[in-house]
Parts: sequence; structure tokens; C-alpha cells
Amino acid sequence: MNRTEIEEKVKAFLIEELEIEEDKIFPEAKLKEDMGIDSLDFVDIVVIVERNFGFKIKAEEMAGVDTFSKFCDYIESKIS
Amino acid sequence: MGIWSCLGTSIEEVKDSLFNGKSGIGIEEIRKGYGYQSALTGIVKKPVLKGLIDRHLRRGLSEEAEYAFMASLDAFKMAGVDQAYLDANECGCIFGNDSSAKPVIEAHKIMDEKHDTELLGQSYIFQAMNSTVTMNMSTIFRLKGVNFTVSAACASGSHSIGLAYMLIKQGLQDMVLCGGAQETNYYSMASFDAIGAFSKNEENPQKASRPFDRNRDGLVPSGGAAALVLEDYDHAVARGANIIAEVVGYGFSSNGTAVISQPSDEGCVRAMQRAMNDAGIKAGDVDYINAHATGTRQGDMYEAMAIDKLFRGEHALVSSTKGMTGHECWMAGASEVIYSIIMMQNSFVARNLNLEEPDDCAQHLNLPKETVEAEINTVLSNSFGFGGTNSALVIKKLI
Repeated sequence: MNRTEIEEKVKAFLIEELEIEEDKIFPEAKLKEDMGIDSLDFVDIVVIVERNFGFKIKAEEMAGVDTFSKFCDYIESKIS
Repeated sequence: MGIWSCLGTSIEEVKDSLFNGKSGIGIEEIRKGYGYQSALTGIVKKPVLKGLIDRHLRRGLSEEAEYAFMASLDAFKMAGVDQAYLDANECGCIFGNDSSAKPVIEAHKIMDEKHDTELLGQSYIFQAMNSTVTMNMSTIFRLKGVNFTVSAACASGSHSIGLAYMLIKQGLQDMVLCGGAQETNYYSMASFDAIGAFSKNEENPQKASRPFDRNRDGLVPSGGAAALVLEDYDHAVARGANIIAEVVGYGFSSNGTAVISQPSDEGCVRAMQRAMNDAGIKAGDVDYINAHATGTRQGDMYEAMAIDKLFRGEHALVSSTKGMTGHECWMAGASEVIYSIIMMQNSFVARNLNLEEPDDCAQHLNLPKETVEAEINTVLSNSFGFGGTNSALVIKKLI
């Protein structure tokens, strides 16, 4: 899966499963402040990522992952 | 008041169903393959909440809490209570609910497969607890008063109204959102089906629920939600509220017998008598009794004996709306108060649908087989549940 495919897949689940408006999703968009993702959403995101990308997010690895772009970086690093 | 049931999803629609004797019962095919002895159930429309409330408020809603939200929306609307009022004033929340099987079972299926709680997601905990309805309604409407759930089997909804009434009567609350909710998914009723309590008349679904009839063969499970805004009378008058009826009596009892599923005429009598004493009325003052009668042999018989003891020779008409709705279980005590108030407002008594030949035990009850147009000023509504929990409410028309 290349970078573009990862971004499309992440964007798709943010829109479909978390109901985030498409125009709020851009590379530098903050997960919490811009997209409104809260701590309980992250509990669901662990499940969604496992289903879509086949690995389980570890909380300790998420430190500093605060934008859409960095989130895709993290996923890319885990599946490459 | 607001209602979401197999008879309709608005007061007007439910009124028409009650008046015309329309059944809400059908077959859920998936129950057959799942292993039920009977696939009969009330057919309840699924609400669409997307677009109505934000996802963050929706995610903790179980099926029955979704029904309760729709009913609560209508109840607040009819009461003239908006979010600005709720933000500025104290309103409590008490609902009857005694299960939330679907999220429990779904979560355990995931656990059996994944063996990892981190792969459950966050919704199940808020959906799986019996208090799912009150925790969600209190959060969605940002309520500030009393907040808890009554789990009392098939009397849960009735007790919730009774407790709200008592809190208001004691001056502890001015306004309480109360009611009952009941899930209808096929997971939820398997253990009830296991004890052979359900009618097996799958050939004629709309004739399967037949309270007080000689040929009844069990109840039909059903569900949805019913919500009422109870309010202190003076408070409601001062607010200029649209007052539609008054709760004037609440009676409760426990059977005091040693068999968990065995009804008791004596227990029913004590609950009804206590409600009438609380209301300061006599048997002769009651115009209509909304019976608990579910269509089981034992339950109908003991309730008929109890009503006969208190009301023989009196004018009260008796009907069980469960001939139309099936048994709405944890919701029933609240929905049946709404059905009764609808009848009160529109001067009729709904028929005992499917009552063809009254059983011997019910020979002395005034059981209408057709809709009766009559002035109804005082109603007694009965609800009885497993474990011997009994509740009775007296409702009066505001004259």
C-alpha cells in the first residue's frame, strides 16, 4: 500500500465512521482541535486501524502524532 | 408524552392503532434460524438518528436508548420544554430498563475471537449497562436532576413513573423525564423464549397475543420506548404547560412467594389497593383498568382473580392493550400509561384484541371485545413482573 492509498483509506474512515467533514481533513489538520477527535474516539480508532491495516496501535507510539499527516506517517511506518 | 412502539411512532398514529384494534405483531425470520421456539415479535421501526444528534452523543446509545431518545424528544416537545429550559432548570431522569443484551453479546463475540479488550471500541460499555437509557438521556439533554434506572422486570416502566411521582410529591424534584424502554433485537429474548413463555401461533401472528382468551398460548415479546414528562402541578401551571393528565396514585408490592415466575393474586391486590388508597379513590371511581395481562395462562388468571376481588360489580372496563402490542416488557408499564391517557383524551377504551372466548377466570370482568366510546376520567394501570414485583398507577384526567 503506497502513501496515497494510506491517506485515502484514513480519510475514508474518518469521514464514514467518525463522520468528520471532508473539508476538515487536510495534511496539517490537528486530530483533536480541527477534527474534534476525542479520547473515546481514539479507542474506536484502534479498532478501525486494526481492521483496515492489520496492526494494533500502541498508545506509547502515538506520542507527538497530532495531525492527519503524522497519523498517516505512523501507519506507513507500521505497515512498510 | 412520547411513544415509539409497534403501534406507531407518534401519539396520533398510536391513537389510530388503539382505536382501530391494529396489531403490531409479526414474524422476525432470523429468530427461527437462531433457535427460538417462536419467531413472533412486535415489529418496531428503527429510528434514524444520524442528522438528529451529533455522533459523540449517539455512540453510547443502545437500541432501546435510541427508542427512548425519540420518545423523549416528543415528550419534551409536547411539554413545551426546550434545551434552553433544561440548561437553566433542574429536570430529573428515571427510566425502567432491565436488559441490554445486544451490546453485551456482541462484545463477548469479539472477545472470544480477539482476546483483547483494546479491540472492543468505546461504545459497548455505555450501551451494555442496564442504565444505558438514563445515562444517555441525561447526557444528551444535559439533565441536572435525579438520574437512575429502575430494573424491576416487566414492572420497570411503571415503577419509574411511580418513583418520579413520589420524588415530585415529596418536593424533591419539580420535573422528571420518566418512562420505559425495551430492546427488540433477537439476542434479547432468547432466554425468555427458553422457558416456553411465548405464543407459538406463528401461522397467525396478529392473532397470537390473546390476553384473557381461553385459547391463549403465551405472550408475544415486543418493545420500543415510552417517555413522559412528569411535573409538579403548581410548577406546570406557573410555566403555562400543556397539562394532559395527573398521576394521583402509586402502589407497589412484592408477592412474598417462593417461586420466581409465579404470579400472585394477593400481591396484585395489594399493589392496586395501595395505589387507590394513595389516590384517595374507591374501586367504584375507576373507569378503566389497563390490565397487565400478557396472554400467559398463569399471569392472566391471577390478575383476573385480583381484579375480580376488587372490582366485581363495579363499572370499570378492563382491557389489555397487549393483544395489539404484545408484551413490551420493561417498557410496558410506561407505554400503557400513555395508551391509557390517549384513550382518556379521546374518550374511548381500546378493545381486547383477539379476545374471542373469555377464560373461566375472566368471566366476571368487563372485557370489551370492540372499541368502546366512553368518558374516561380515572384509570388504573397494572404492571407485574418476575420475582413478584408489582406496580399499579392511578391516572386522572385533568378536569
